[in-house]
Amino acid sequence: MPAKERECQLSGSSVIVVGAGVAGLAAAFELAERGLKVEVVDRGSALGAASCSWMAGGMLAPWCERASTDESVATLGTASIAWWRSNFIGTVQSGSLVVAATRDLPELTHFAERTSHYEWVDGDRIGALEPDLAGRFRKALFFPDEAHLDPRRALPALADMLKFRGIQIRFGVDFHPANHRRSQIVDCRGLAARDVLKDLRGVRGEMLIVRSRDLTLSRPVRVLHPRIPLYIVPRGGGVFMIGATMIESESRAGASVRSTIEMLSAACALHPAFAEAEILEINADLRPAFTNNLPSVRRIGSRTHFVNGLFRHGFLLAPAMAKRVADAVSEQFRETSDADLRKRRSTRN
Amino acid sequence: MAFYGVELSSRLLLGTARYPSPAVLGEAVKASGAEVVTVSVRRESGAGRAGQAFWSFVQETGLRVLPNTAGCHTVKEAVTTAHMARELFDTKWIKLEVIRDDDTLQPDIFGLVEAARVLSEDGFEVFPYTTEDLVVADRLVEAGCRVLMPWGAPIGSARGLNNVYGLRALRAHFPDIPLVVDAGLGVPSHASAAMELGYDAVLLNTAVAEAGDPVAMARAFALAIEAGRLAYAAQPMEPRDMAVPSTPTFGKAALGD
Repeated sequence: MPAKERECQLSGSSVIVVGAGVAGLAAAFELAERGLKVEVVDRGSALGAASCSWMAGGMLAPWCERASTDESVATLGTASIAWWRSNFIGTVQSGSLVVAATRDLPELTHFAERTSHYEWVDGDRIGALEPDLAGRFRKALFFPDEAHLDPRRALPALADMLKFRGIQIRFGVDFHPANHRRSQIVDCRGLAARDVLKDLRGVRGEMLIVRSRDLTLSRPVRVLHPRIPLYIVPRGGGVFMIGATMIESESRAGASVRSTIEMLSAACALHPAFAEAEILEINADLRPAFTNNLPSVRRIGSRTHFVNGLFRHGFLLAPAMAKRVADAVSEQFRETSDADLRKRRSTRN
Repeated sequence: MAFYGVELSSRLLLGTARYPSPAVLGEAVKASGAEVVTVSVRRESGAGRAGQAFWSFVQETGLRVLPNTAGCHTVKEAVTTAHMARELFDTKWIKLEVIRDDDTLQPDIFGLVEAARVLSEDGFEVFPYTTEDLVVADRLVEAGCRVLMPWGAPIGSARGLNNVYGLRALRAHFPDIPLVVDAGLGVPSHASAAMELGYDAVLLNTAVAEAGDPVAMARAFALAIEAGRLAYAAQPMEPRDMAVPSTPTFGKAALGD
């Protein structure tokens, strides 16, 4: 079939993306890029209302993550920095810093042994990178190529970009596949998809958002600690996201006092000025994860693809998974339309 | 070796926290040959069985589960958690932790003895996480414990056996109580050293979970534990102050003049 005819048939095909979290929005974007007609539905009342992406840290840190996860996460995640930079203007690529108190320096060495793309920096260099941390740490790891973004600005920006392309997001919709027999479905519902994906589980995370008038950071800072590892992501305007616990629990209760105290005292250990910060939000949610904590695209039946299991790497992995599912869906349309065409030709003959 | 009448052939007990993923945990458990895994029961996951997804995964390994009261700071907390664990895992076994010092996670031995008594009287079979203190161990046995789990070093510290003398004294004092070195080990030679002292078993978590390759490390520990046990049973020689040639020199042919 000539390319032109194929494009034309593809553009008429329609895909429904279920779930307007980061996985769904990125998938919708990539599907549209491939000339498909896309619609997004979400059960929440508004963007982020029913999505764990809203609670995310927004670190694009493939090499920091590499220290505690499979190499494939780093490989898939590396390309996402360029993706976010070209699709979201608020993406900041100023690296990330990993520090530890003097007594916890072995943690830093162990972290370094398990990853790459970093430089050891001394106290002076730490002070040059983050003046407010000057004199507080003797050694740190600096990952110059890493980036970060604010999920609560990135998701609306993605939604706007979709709208500009004529892709609607309908909120408050409880999707029933049976009502859409003619469409391909890309299911990005996260943990809600466990009605089909039985090996999906929720991993609880608790986080805080604070505002400090005394402190400036230019990049995410991770504090290694044997028991309470912590990261702090600057969101601009003195706002910081502090996260996050990882608990094998599917409780949707609010953050516990213990977790909150631990995270806040670790933040104060990073810089005492956090003691004076204003708490804007304390929250908890569940990350969708498969048993190996790695993401996957699965096809179930002839017209549903699932993108799920992005675990603690939603923003890092969504672009790569979106491309993967968009390729798979377009391929499926091609196969179907090739088959249709053959059928039509044979009946004509 | 038997804990509360349950015969076990593997002398390695493995914790289930801090692995990169449940899948890696599953493989590490398999590589370790462990027959018992410990699982922490936190109250926030116990309420409404919120931790069920993970626990089901652990239970599907088919291994015996030793629930623990990690993170409990008072007798009351530990007792409540133990009851929750008994209900969740349908077992009388409980690894009892009552922590006093937040920095070293050193057990509150006073609370530990009290909680051990309360739980033993209630029909639990208690595995107390304790120090190597002889008198505390004695009190725990008096409270009904038939297994003791002294630390090698603070939890997760990877320092090995901090007080070999104390551990040896404990072994000598309690020849008939199964003794398990719990916590503080970092490398397989630490585990082997514990087994060479005549300890019955070793309980590990962080040393395996936080290794770059947890599955390989689990196997390495299993081998070291087996080696240490064999060595203990083989009655190793004692250190001497002078050299003894392994080949006798007497009667050696004289060469030249």
